[in-house]
Amino acid sequence: MQPLLDVSNLTVKFALRDTALTAVNDVSFTLAKGERLGLVGESGAGKSVTGFSILNLVSKPGFIAGGSVLFEGKDLTRADAETLRDIRGNRISMIFQDPMMTLNPVLTVGTQMIETIRAHMKVTRKEAEAIALDKLRKVYIPSPERRLGQYPHEFSGGMRQRIVIAIALLTSPSLIIADEPTTALDVTIQAEIMDLLLELCQSEDMGLILITHDLGVVSQVTQKIAVMYAGGIVEMGDTAKVVGEPLHPYTRGLLGALPQCADKADCGLADVAAPRVRRRLNQIPGSMPSLSDVPRGCPFNNRCELCETVCTTTRPLLEVKSDGRMAACHMVA
Amino acid sequence: MTNQITALLSLRNVIKHFDISGGLLDQLRLSGGRITRKRTVVHAVNDVSFDILPGETLSVVGESGCGKSTLARTVIGLYRATGGEILYRGERIDNLSDNGMLPYRTRMQMVFQDPYASLNPRMKVREILEEPVRFHNPGISDADVRSRVADVMEQVGVNPLWGVRYPHEFSGGQRQRISIARALVVDPEFIVADEPISALDVSIQAQVLNLMMDLQEQRNLTYLFISHDLSVVEHISTRVAVMYLGSLCELASAEDLFGNPRHPYTQALLSAIPRVGGKAAAHIKLSGDVPTPINLPSGCVFHGRCPHANARCMQEVPKARQLESGALVACHGVEEGRV
Repeated sequence: MQPLLDVSNLTVKFALRDTALTAVNDVSFTLAKGERLGLVGESGAGKSVTGFSILNLVSKPGFIAGGSVLFEGKDLTRADAETLRDIRGNRISMIFQDPMMTLNPVLTVGTQMIETIRAHMKVTRKEAEAIALDKLRKVYIPSPERRLGQYPHEFSGGMRQRIVIAIALLTSPSLIIADEPTTALDVTIQAEIMDLLLELCQSEDMGLILITHDLGVVSQVTQKIAVMYAGGIVEMGDTAKVVGEPLHPYTRGLLGALPQCADKADCGLADVAAPRVRRRLNQIPGSMPSLSDVPRGCPFNNRCELCETVCTTTRPLLEVKSDGRMAACHMVA
Repeated sequence: MTNQITALLSLRNVIKHFDISGGLLDQLRLSGGRITRKRTVVHAVNDVSFDILPGETLSVVGESGCGKSTLARTVIGLYRATGGEILYRGERIDNLSDNGMLPYRTRMQMVFQDPYASLNPRMKVREILEEPVRFHNPGISDADVRSRVADVMEQVGVNPLWGVRYPHEFSGGQRQRISIARALVVDPEFIVADEPISALDVSIQAQVLNLMMDLQEQRNLTYLFISHDLSVVEHISTRVAVMYLGSLCELASAEDLFGNPRHPYTQALLSAIPRVGGKAAAHIKLSGDVPTPINLPSGCVFHGRCPHANARCMQEVPKARQLESGALVACHGVEEGRV
């Protein structure tokens, strides 16, 4: 069966005066209908640029330098403006980090929603309003009739993000790209929004690409994870497996750096009498290279404890390893 | 509660209000044909009391707007408390003049959230680090200053030779190390860290947390650690205080609080932590939003969103009570055994 989305060998560069920086380097993945994928990595790993380039939204000086993005069989990297307009916000919707930046502060929520519906569908105002109300109910906005006439500033942060999700749902898209949708929100609100996204994806059979730096969030919502580092995917596979027994040294380091994993042994043990032993967190030395000086060979070689000669000369490709998972590492069998 | 002699720092009914009513003309309102003057006050911290013991890490957690940063700034004297007392080793420090506060400045220091904003971009790192030493030790020789700065830089993992560089030449993690060095250079015993790792990436967070834990061991530091990241707090804290809308809900040892949360808000907060791997726990859903700290709800500030609230919760403000385990919980429901 044809996948919903098939990204292959996608490369995105940013042109400088005399060179070009490679922000996304040879990234390939597929997404089946209704599948949920997490793109995880630290700042500068290229996860947001990957998300934007799926919709061909990378703006100058950035450009898609190679590869293809097949969505329902159409290559979006080569599509004309009209085809793209038909897909953006219609078949594929995007949710951004800061709802206050996404919503227009001088228009009521209703205006913004009806505008979106009528841009993509031939319906009357009345019908559009009915759709808007229906979607607001889906994201659990109380008294939606009244809320439709209000401005974004009259909503709390969590409510605003619900509105943004409702707008993304308006045209019943088959894929949602959510770029750090809960990073600006408090943890209790984050939990609500993530529960909501998961519920909607399941009930509407929508695909989801969740871009985040939070491994905890990703592991609760997605079925697949792709871990990115310095522009490339270093490990990809089933979520439970990737977070349970990571293959790539970077994924291992990242998970080990999380306090909750270091504490895993004593999670849930409420032995108050025993003195608390504070374990040092596993730390990855150094920091992610800037795109202008990614090391030769494996981009992770200068921080990797397993680094050998081959790692400094040849860039490892993302390939299938022993148990069907994919990793880009010379040292993993 | 522990007595005042053993506590390094004690907060007694600390209140911090901000008057945001603006000028006189902004305060005037016309109501019923008469002009009245109305003040608008943000109740950021309301009646918070607890002790910080020497050598421990006490973390304050809560969501944005709960008053945790205001509390930190009030403790260290960046804000003047509206009411209550703050005692440092038994001496009141909340009513001291700037000069009177001076001796305490070398004993308590602060590390801020954003290392991009808290380091002066026009000063070299060495100047940033030398300034507090010279200020607090007038007459100290240049050689002594240099060696002290070099020692501290070494200790936080920044090469002393980099002292001639400017802050912008460092990465976020390195800058936060420099901020920590600046706090340590006057040899304090108590550090207030306000979200010191929130601006950093996961792998860098681990580096800075490890550094803070190592320094605590080497220098016998006491930390007041402010954070919204519950899993970080669980890892590094001795005790944890949970705040909601300016009030203290619960204070207990880290194991106790995370293993056996008692206050309904703590329970909801902990259930929301996204856990890596393990099955998603059922999130306790809170109805509605956090009310505004301008018009605080009557009674328990949490009653409007609490699944266990009753008539008493709406009228009477719950006092923090000590349980058998030593935990402090401010909840009528817990006291009556309903929760």
